[in-house]
Amino acid sequence: MHRQYKQEGTNVVTADMDNILNRHSGAGRDHLIPILQDVQETEGYISPRAVAKIAEFLNLPASKIYGVATFYNQFRFHPKGRYHFMVCRGTACHVKGSKKVLDELTKQLKLEPGQTSRDQMFSLEVVACMGACGLAPVVSVNGEFYAKVTPRKLTEIIQECRQKEAVNV
Amino acid sequence: MITLDVDGRTVEAQAGETILTVLRREGIHVPTLCHMDGLPPSGACRMCVVEVEGSPSLTPSCSFPVAQGMKVKTSTPRVLEARRTIVKLLLASHPDDCLYCNSNGHCDLQKLAQDLGVRERVYRGPRRVQEMDMSSPAIVRDPAKCILCGRCVRMCEEIQGVAAIDFIGRGSRAKIGTAFDGGLNVSTCVNCGQCVNVCPTGALSERCYIDDVITALNDPTKRVVVQHAPSVSVSLAEEFGSPAGKDVDGQMVTALRRLGFHRVFDTAFSADLTIMEEGSELVHRIKTGGKLPMFTSCSPGWIKFIETFYPQLLPNVSSCKSPQQMLGALIKTFFAEREGVDPANIVSVSIMPCTAKKFECARPEMSRNHVPDVDYVLTTRELGRMLHQFGVNLAALEPSAADTPFGERSSAGKIFGTSGGVMEAAIRSAHFLITGRELEDLKIQPLRGLKGCKELHVEVDGIKLGAAVVSGLGNARKILDEVVAGRDDLQFIEIMTCPGGCINGGGQPKNIDPAAIEARMKALYKIDRDAPLRTSHSNPWIQRIYKEYLGQPLGEKSHALLHTHYTMRNIPITNG
Repeated sequence: MHRQYKQEGTNVVTADMDNILNRHSGAGRDHLIPILQDVQETEGYISPRAVAKIAEFLNLPASKIYGVATFYNQFRFHPKGRYHFMVCRGTACHVKGSKKVLDELTKQLKLEPGQTSRDQMFSLEVVACMGACGLAPVVSVNGEFYAKVTPRKLTEIIQECRQKEAVNV
Repeated sequence: MITLDVDGRTVEAQAGETILTVLRREGIHVPTLCHMDGLPPSGACRMCVVEVEGSPSLTPSCSFPVAQGMKVKTSTPRVLEARRTIVKLLLASHPDDCLYCNSNGHCDLQKLAQDLGVRERVYRGPRRVQEMDMSSPAIVRDPAKCILCGRCVRMCEEIQGVAAIDFIGRGSRAKIGTAFDGGLNVSTCVNCGQCVNVCPTGALSERCYIDDVITALNDPTKRVVVQHAPSVSVSLAEEFGSPAGKDVDGQMVTALRRLGFHRVFDTAFSADLTIMEEGSELVHRIKTGGKLPMFTSCSPGWIKFIETFYPQLLPNVSSCKSPQQMLGALIKTFFAEREGVDPANIVSVSIMPCTAKKFECARPEMSRNHVPDVDYVLTTRELGRMLHQFGVNLAALEPSAADTPFGERSSAGKIFGTSGGVMEAAIRSAHFLITGRELEDLKIQPLRGLKGCKELHVEVDGIKLGAAVVSGLGNARKILDEVVAGRDDLQFIEIMTCPGGCINGGGQPKNIDPAAIEARMKALYKIDRDAPLRTSHSNPWIQRIYKEYLGQPLGEKSHALLHTHYTMRNIPITNG
């Protein structure tokens, strides 16, 4: 089984965090967002442990950091799944029925946007536009684009993921 | 001095004042939701809008400075309609369960809707299902009733320096919560309840134990005793519509008997006891080169604060339990033995101005053989509610005195209820302990008043004493940082969690008017001025309990019953 992101609690994460914070040494609270972005890029998500480290580093309350991070759509608080679904909810996709696609995906994966399944297989994210409006509605899985997605097509995509997973194990 | 025109009248103002400040001084009530006296304006709620001539849009009066010749109109149809619309929008997704709400009758939102004549639901917003946070033993959060004014957040961060809560998310999904939206019990919350006092709605309230107390009162196998804190008698009357600052000590004791409590004790008695123990501890520390400055330990919010944020200073905290817990310990030992009752069959209730006391009585070190020393804590507000439930009309009652052996107090114990009171009481007794003489003037003016930080430097028989009195945890942070940085001219520091002390505690009648807090303070000092017994060490019942039971201050028995230890808290920031 391949894990895309390092798990919390290992020394590797601590070392990564230290590297990130070293890059921002001497920074003030105005560096909070760049630091959060670096953490997300390295670890894939913002963990409670990372927030605690940043809180100590910037001398900010953890509640404040979580508050700022949740203000922006770009930050996630659970590790990404091995199959990361991004559903476009931009204008063109909306007109072409992306609401139905999202509802169907929520139902089939049993996940709300921002969540990751317990077995770490699937995660779901809503984005505003992927710049592929001609292909609306668009869904991407681990960077691979699916055009003109219908609820029925979604079932196939998910099935495809499960088959890949079976091969990988 | 500048002049401006308000609704056709000429009004004087200082440059730099906000329009709101001037309007309030002129007796014009401008409604606000997010505004907090003493903090910079946030201008978020827009309830305070007025018309300023020459400005195309409405102006938020809380954050706009006055100018020479400015023409302000405060209640034009446009202004009123704007305010009304805000209330309608706030109500659009509100649960509308006023009849069942804890804040019914003293809710700012309800009052605004009433005052502005909002009589129908115009907008219907989606109701999000939001879980209540019942995780804390002291405070309950009901996010469904929250209108996101942000007062609790600012209180917690800017005044108390705790910052346990903040805004989470954005737009229609925004809410107030802790880091990673965990429960208050796993956050840095110190249970002070100041957020409850400033909450305009029923979104924040104390965890209510009235039903538990009623059950205990109706259990024939239980002896139910109650103690009441020094500051409760000067604020309880407000729950019955009296103006702030009325002392109802005697009536309250009668009322507690009417509720069915078997014995009524005065926590000010154990405040006297605290002075004996804490005063002796201070003298001991000074004479033996112990850790100084010594911090007081009466205020449980402050204790959790230092355990969380400044654990390196824990050796500086007095090992004395708070007066509530000292009396609790005596009730379940000395009193139980004297009465021949099994401590497990005594239910010990306390009436406190405080929500953190609910947390304190549940601390594991505050029980013996799994029997807590204090079983339930009710706030002043809860006592008011309980008296209303039982149909007790406070004003009509004949005053009576509290019960022996913990009913007699000195007024030094009584002034514990205001910031500076513990220090004043301690200095009165320390002077006697050191010199053998009473202070000539028992009133120590520099320690009085509602200022956040007060200091006094005195010399008594060659012993220099630097004392500081701090209230509000934000102010505590400042002095703690000084101590950490090496400041060494202070020997004794009184720290109270709530700004102004217990008279402004998180369990007091909701009244954020500074004049009300001052009136409560004055009432306590008036009691002290007129009291025959004004020093803790001269309280005959204190002398008696040492002679008959405790031995001497800091003695073996005192140590076992009246002293405690503290825990470094490594607060997990999430419940995950």
